[in-house]
Amino acid sequence: MGTKKPYDDIPGTIVFDSDQAARGYHLNQFCISLRLQANRDAFKADPEAYIDNFPMTPQQREAALNQEWNRLLELGGNIYYTSKLAAFHGINFQGLAGLMTGKGTQAYRDMMIAGGRPIDGNRYKSEWDDK
Amino acid sequence: MAYISSGVACSHVPALGVASDSGISGDDYYGPIFKGFEFSKQWMAEEKPDLIFLVYNDHCTAFDARVIPTFALGCAAEYQPADEGWGPRPVPVVQGHRALSAHIAQSLVLDSFDITIMNEMEVDHGLTVPLTMMFGKPEKWPCPVVPLAVNVVQYPAPLGSRCFALGKAIRKAIESYPENLKVCVFGTGGMSHQLQHERAGLINAEWDARFMDLLVNDPDKGSQIEHIEYLREAGSEGIELVMWYVMRGALNENVEEKHRFYHVPASNTAVGHMILENR
Repeated sequence: MGTKKPYDDIPGTIVFDSDQAARGYHLNQFCISLRLQANRDAFKADPEAYIDNFPMTPQQREAALNQEWNRLLELGGNIYYTSKLAAFHGINFQGLAGLMTGKGTQAYRDMMIAGGRPIDGNRYKSEWDDK
Repeated sequence: MAYISSGVACSHVPALGVASDSGISGDDYYGPIFKGFEFSKQWMAEEKPDLIFLVYNDHCTAFDARVIPTFALGCAAEYQPADEGWGPRPVPVVQGHRALSAHIAQSLVLDSFDITIMNEMEVDHGLTVPLTMMFGKPEKWPCPVVPLAVNVVQYPAPLGSRCFALGKAIRKAIESYPENLKVCVFGTGGMSHQLQHERAGLINAEWDARFMDLLVNDPDKGSQIEHIEYLREAGSEGIELVMWYVMRGALNENVEEKHRFYHVPASNTAVGHMILENR
């Protein structure tokens, strides 16, 4: 029996709960280390050597090096952490959202200016399955 | 004696800090947002609080994944703006009030709120953006700040009802402090937004409006909003709205809504802002 998760039926959403936090601990600590310039310099100089300071899984390591933003979240990453890796690559929050939603920067920005993603049709996974 | 006169609710979108710091707060995109705070800056100049009690969340800056306190009270003499990955914001150092913080810390624990005490803490955009929105760009912030950091990054955030009760305990603590201080309480974050995965960009303006109505007129009911409703209706990051209930709990049952502003978007987020005065 695991923890009850009533939020599992929300589409396109990975809730960063205790299980995800445990799964993603080293991945997130890697990401947040990039908050500091000295670490950004070390990662830039030798990405593989730097990332190997953090004992994450091979899947997490690969997703981090390949900038697979949604997969990082699925593997235990949290957006406030992965956004530091994105910032390292010159991607801001809105650019990152453009990538995660598959819309691209301009279409995503246009959607936000038009009022954002509407709630209708986006509450339950079943509503996405119908599409 | 110290007393609470008013409350401010305010989003803390990092892009608003960037807009202010880089001088583009008047452009077509940000102009309408900063315009919504013009009233607030005037109101603040007249209100002149002696101190701000500021409820916010840290974004893995002072606390990374190693330590995650649910409620952490700042008890330092000052708080440096943190480097969040692109250099510290060029804003004044935030002055604290150690004697009041110590008093509140002691009062809260004896009132069954087992908070974490922070004698050193850097502060990120969660705290400095609301100051920017309410005060603009002064050479130094006009009054000291006592910060309360709330975990809303790792699920679960504290319940809205618990935040509401904490607000009441904070009020009790402040009102038992002997110095004559006029205190304004800030609740920050929100409104509806989701920053992550395929549903990013979610905005629910109707829900946000109802949230603000309940906050003002029926906080007993609003504070009962369950986590699943925040996640589903206001987005995975919209759950930080529970922090508005700490502010609301610190105010009178009856408040006067002096100002309300709502705008979509700032980056990925609906900006919400309210000024409430104790009646």
